[in-house]
Amino acid sequence: MADLTLTIDGGTVTVPEGSTILDAVRSVGGDLPTLCHGPTLEPANVCRVCMVEVEGAGALVPSCSRVVDEGMVVHTDTDRARHSRTVVMELLASSADLERVDDRFSAWMEDHGADPARFTGATIEGRPAKVHDDLYVRDYARCILCYRCVDACGEQHQNTFAITVAGRGFDAHISTEFDVALPDSACVYCGNCIAVCPTGALEGKIAWDMKEAGTWDIDRQEVTRTVCSYCGVGCNLDIHTQEGAIVDVTSPEDHDVTLGNLCIKGRFGWSFVVSVDE
Amino acid sequence: MFGAGGGTSSYAEIEETDVILMWGSNAREAHPIFFHHVLKGVHNGARLFAIDPRRTATASWADLWLGIDVGSDIALANAVGRHIIEEGLHRTDFIDAATTGFDAYAEAVDRYTLEHAARITGVPASAIAELATAYATAGTAQLCWTLGITEHHNGTENVHALIDLALLTGHVGRWGSGLVPIRGQNNVQGGGDMGALPNKLPGFQDVEDDTIRSRFESAWDAAIPTRSGKHISLMNEAMDEGEIRCLYVLGENPMQSEADGSAMARRLEGLDFMVAQDIFLTRTAELADVVLPAAGWGETEGTVTSSERRVQRSRKAIDPPGSARDDIDILAGLARALGHDWDDRPAKDHWDELRLLSPMHAGMSYDRLEAEGGLQWPCPDEAHPGTPFLHGRLWDRPLTSKRAPFVATEFVPPVDELDHDYPIRLTTGRRLDSYNTGVQSGKYSSPRRIGGSIDLSSTDASNLGVEEGDTVRVISRRGEISAPVRIDPTLRAGLAFMSIHFPDDTDVNQLTIDAWDPKAGTAEFKATAVRVEA
Repeated sequence: MADLTLTIDGGTVTVPEGSTILDAVRSVGGDLPTLCHGPTLEPANVCRVCMVEVEGAGALVPSCSRVVDEGMVVHTDTDRARHSRTVVMELLASSADLERVDDRFSAWMEDHGADPARFTGATIEGRPAKVHDDLYVRDYARCILCYRCVDACGEQHQNTFAITVAGRGFDAHISTEFDVALPDSACVYCGNCIAVCPTGALEGKIAWDMKEAGTWDIDRQEVTRTVCSYCGVGCNLDIHTQEGAIVDVTSPEDHDVTLGNLCIKGRFGWSFVVSVDE
Repeated sequence: MFGAGGGTSSYAEIEETDVILMWGSNAREAHPIFFHHVLKGVHNGARLFAIDPRRTATASWADLWLGIDVGSDIALANAVGRHIIEEGLHRTDFIDAATTGFDAYAEAVDRYTLEHAARITGVPASAIAELATAYATAGTAQLCWTLGITEHHNGTENVHALIDLALLTGHVGRWGSGLVPIRGQNNVQGGGDMGALPNKLPGFQDVEDDTIRSRFESAWDAAIPTRSGKHISLMNEAMDEGEIRCLYVLGENPMQSEADGSAMARRLEGLDFMVAQDIFLTRTAELADVVLPAAGWGETEGTVTSSERRVQRSRKAIDPPGSARDDIDILAGLARALGHDWDDRPAKDHWDELRLLSPMHAGMSYDRLEAEGGLQWPCPDEAHPGTPFLHGRLWDRPLTSKRAPFVATEFVPPVDELDHDYPIRLTTGRRLDSYNTGVQSGKYSSPRRIGGSIDLSSTDASNLGVEEGDTVRVISRRGEISAPVRIDPTLRAGLAFMSIHFPDDTDVNQLTIDAWDPKAGTAEFKATAVRVEA
């Protein structure tokens, strides 16, 4: 594949054809805020926190999806681009609970001087979490409708199509078909939606309980890479332990067998190792 | 196949192939992440054929579902082969250069006309022809199977019938074309690799070969029996005849996993002495004289091998509970008690010893397994990248290695015949959220778990006058159980299904037959004749 050369903030960058502006920025050690961009997913293009300015384009463009052209001139740090990203982060953080978004995003908020308190009155915070089983929790007060769970459940990974976005405006929410309860829906409880959720709106039950109780402490956790104990496909698992107890099981998104995905047994079926009658 | 027991292909190949056959495999439920790769292939334009008695979740993704009658796979495969030959779609260049036995194969399949096979299998002749044409004319094709092929009295012959199709069309030994038995347990492949087979030493080396055996004997400083041991079905016979009086069971639950469960219970109860080494007090362990509590998943170090022959590291994350010990530690302790002072060695040292003795694993150091996310055998030295697909040698011209043999097979119906008293064909399988006899999977709470049931077609249920949830008696020539009815739209009239996961409630192996394949020793779990009484 041919290489393309572009200019980013005055510097020359060369990337393979097909790269996005975000890829190009990251290839030279830079970065931009993202939320809806998942490394294993096609860009959903909905959160708008990664906007940059491209010379010759009237509107700002989303860097996570805009593919690089030869000779393109990109500005990531103009007042216009920064202002756009700042306001979008403020709007998102004022309308949903972003407390559990990863640390990198908090750093972006700080870096941009984003102040969510400038916007009040329109929020989904306070919506009760849906805790309906022992496997995972849907804490939709934290949901920013980034579509990552929808895409993972749909054609890009799981192909189960159990969920999508329903409703409009502040009524927009992640819904099963006809809004039926999860056990009556097409959901197969693979938890591949949890794996891609950037905000903690979807979380394993144990992790969510511990976070609610304030006992989840990433600094006291260890991660051990191993292989699932069930069928013979060889899915890699990361066992997260805290003080000698398993608190979560995930799969590495850079592993070519799983791309971070698992089935219900792999993600949730490990409690036999801590079974009391073992 | 053709020597080493493993699938030929990598999962990545199925994403790029033109035609996918899922034969006797409900991978959507039994191997969900493998099926992710299948679905990528489908989205990339591959045609998917599902050959299965049930219209499974896998079949619902297929371009064409061939609803075959249980146990008639050879008739279908032979008709596919015959049709390919008749239409002149076979790869004569490949057959001439790289195979043997084609003429005998062609003669053997000649009587399996489309019409004859349609009568045996219940699959319309046009569907058989469509499958044959699609497979033979595809640029690349992957033929995948699981226990729907192997859990029959003639499972090995079933596999040969499928291999023959790959040889006929040249769909083996090339990127995108291969034969893919998807393994049901996380290390059933690795168990075979390590020589946990009655006739093999590690690396699929023949125990009856004097040269090979002497290499192991000098490395181990011990004599190895010169003859192959017994597979499970021969062991069962030997227990029946009183030849085997003592049994050491590691990580297996034969009380509930073996066909014809009441016969198995009599066998185990009749032993002089039994040791069970397991992570739980299984029904088998309950019968044992000595139980050795073993450490389980997440509690031990080692390796496992997946269905694409990829050896990967498994690691310890937590300490085992109570007095449970690592399997290696238990075996070393046992050896010591028997007068052999084995060193206390970590798993890595045992692996390095294996690398000295098994050429296909020689290049797989722990460091490489770690750095490269696993390696696919054969990997004969540390500079070797591993082998994404097998049998590329069959395309070397001139061929410098052994030719691949066609093996002619004949359709022989399931041993447990249907008749007036036992008119319904019962088959078995897995469900998505559960696993084998439920020892592991029964411990987590799945919102989708539906428990044990006898699944019937709506036609059979209405003929019997039963409804969903009614408890019925299911009776075979060997036993009888009661189970709640579940109406299953994936079943045709005359076909019933039970999962294997709930032996405490619905012990399907009270019904199954222990007729077994003479080569593999696998019992015919998939074909039981039953009647259902309200």
